[in-house]
Amino acid sequence: MAELEARDIEMEYERRDGTRVSALEGVTLAIEKSEFVSIVGPSGCGKTTLLKIVNGLITPTGGTILLQGRPISQNSRDRAMVFQDSSLFPWFSVARNVAYGLECQGVPAKEARRRVQPYLEMVGLAGFEQHYPYELSGGMQQRANLARALVVDPQVLLMDEPFASLDAQTREMMQAELLDIWSQSKKTVLFITHQINEAIYLSDRVVVMSARPGRILADLRIDIPRPRTLAVKRGDAFRAQEDRVWQLIEQQARLTMKATQLRTEGAAG
Amino acid sequence: MGRAVRRARARARGSIRAVAAPARARPRPTGLRAAYAARESTLLPLATFVALLAGWELGAQTGALETFFFSSPTRIIAAGWQEIQLPRFWNDVSVSGQEFLVGYLAAIAIAVPFGVVTGWYRSAHDFFDPWLSAFNATPRLALLPLVVLWVGLGMESKIVIVFLGVFFPVVINTFHGVRTVDANLVEVARSFGASGRRRLLTVVLPSVVPFALVGMRIGVGRAVGGVLVGEFYTSNAGLGNLVFRAGQTLQTDRLLFGALFITGLALLGFRAIGSLERRFGAWRPRVGSA
Repeated sequence: MAELEARDIEMEYERRDGTRVSALEGVTLAIEKSEFVSIVGPSGCGKTTLLKIVNGLITPTGGTILLQGRPISQNSRDRAMVFQDSSLFPWFSVARNVAYGLECQGVPAKEARRRVQPYLEMVGLAGFEQHYPYELSGGMQQRANLARALVVDPQVLLMDEPFASLDAQTREMMQAELLDIWSQSKKTVLFITHQINEAIYLSDRVVVMSARPGRILADLRIDIPRPRTLAVKRGDAFRAQEDRVWQLIEQQARLTMKATQLRTEGAAG
Repeated sequence: MGRAVRRARARARGSIRAVAAPARARPRPTGLRAAYAARESTLLPLATFVALLAGWELGAQTGALETFFFSSPTRIIAAGWQEIQLPRFWNDVSVSGQEFLVGYLAAIAIAVPFGVVTGWYRSAHDFFDPWLSAFNATPRLALLPLVVLWVGLGMESKIVIVFLGVFFPVVINTFHGVRTVDANLVEVARSFGASGRRRLLTVVLPSVVPFALVGMRIGVGRAVGGVLVGEFYTSNAGLGNLVFRAGQTLQTDRLLFGALFITGLALLGFRAIGSLERRFGAWRPRVGSA
């Protein structure tokens, strides 16, 4: 039985003018325990929407999400999300931010502080407990963000383009650190990104989504052996995988751009 | 908020730690100059203050300024010295202080929760918004005679006027504070299973505090004005009453002492707000140069 399963997920929105837009169409996906799966796709394809549906933040208009064979409940103690940048509470210290999930579960403050400590050490933030988020670099903020999700010890870790706003070097370092942490904790991970090489480097499988309405175009197994070093990215096997995914996405990206262009021209004319 | 904006902000935040390190390269000046440099921000305003007082006093002494109209620093100090020995003066302080504090604190105690509720619940907003705008635009001092008719000539009428002056700016600012709450952070809280109450306490209230404090700052001025005008209109005690009595009897020295004393109290109020702003604003990066 798959750890996490999305069955026939449909998502429709109503526009202001009353017309209905389909964001996701028949998305079906199964993820095994301890598997690292990335979703890539052109911007606006509904990747983040899918992740929020899995998290329980959005109720889909159709389909079900199963966790260990059971439909998910609203309370998402078993799934934790690592958000994009600037999602730390700016008025709380790093320690309080990381403890937020525990606080929501009613864990007493003192015990929460004790349980937070090893995770702060794991992501290299020991000594920064009392700092406010604005005092941290972008990379450190995302480490705190990761620790906040890991502390609640979820079965599934959902990551929404967590490194999108980092500079190239920091991003690479964070990718390597994430793999390190993942190999220790063996969490099931669903990772959203628009960077193809990030998806390939991190994942066991890369799922490619189409332009809106989002459908699954391909589900590729990445058989580069682990542990992977950053040097793997410069290898031929890696390049070949990258080409394969890029060809799938290129066509979709062109479709999206064309649609945008048509809309703009329509508006101008 | 656009992603590009958020990225730019994240970059800006990333650079702050580097800036926070002290600059060690500059050689330290020594002696008198160093002593001045360390205290410049105290000494400069003090110098302008002393110069103004000296000029005023000199003008009064030489007859360039008519003391009947302008008094002089030494005359004001003398009048103040006499005044503070009178039990009546301290009664005036106590009466005005009570009018201010009761009206001000009651307004905040009601306005902050009210602003949060009208900001958070759309139906509450739709229900109250036109009334808030209308009442805020109403010149509340014009209602003074009516308020006196309702609650009488005593302290109560001034308390009501203070209340009305403070309530609306605090509600309106708090309300707008709720509107600026970052929807992403609300989503983060929901994702971690935060209850509605916890979302309110950990996301909404912290974002609202700076806005409520702006309202409270505006409220200090309005409250002081309310106390004074209220006491001018009808009273038998209070600092406004003191200033009014002094004016009626052409005692410029006493009048100015009263006015300065009120200024001092109002400044204390602003300082209190300032320390609250620092207390609740520690999580913000400092803006501007040192």
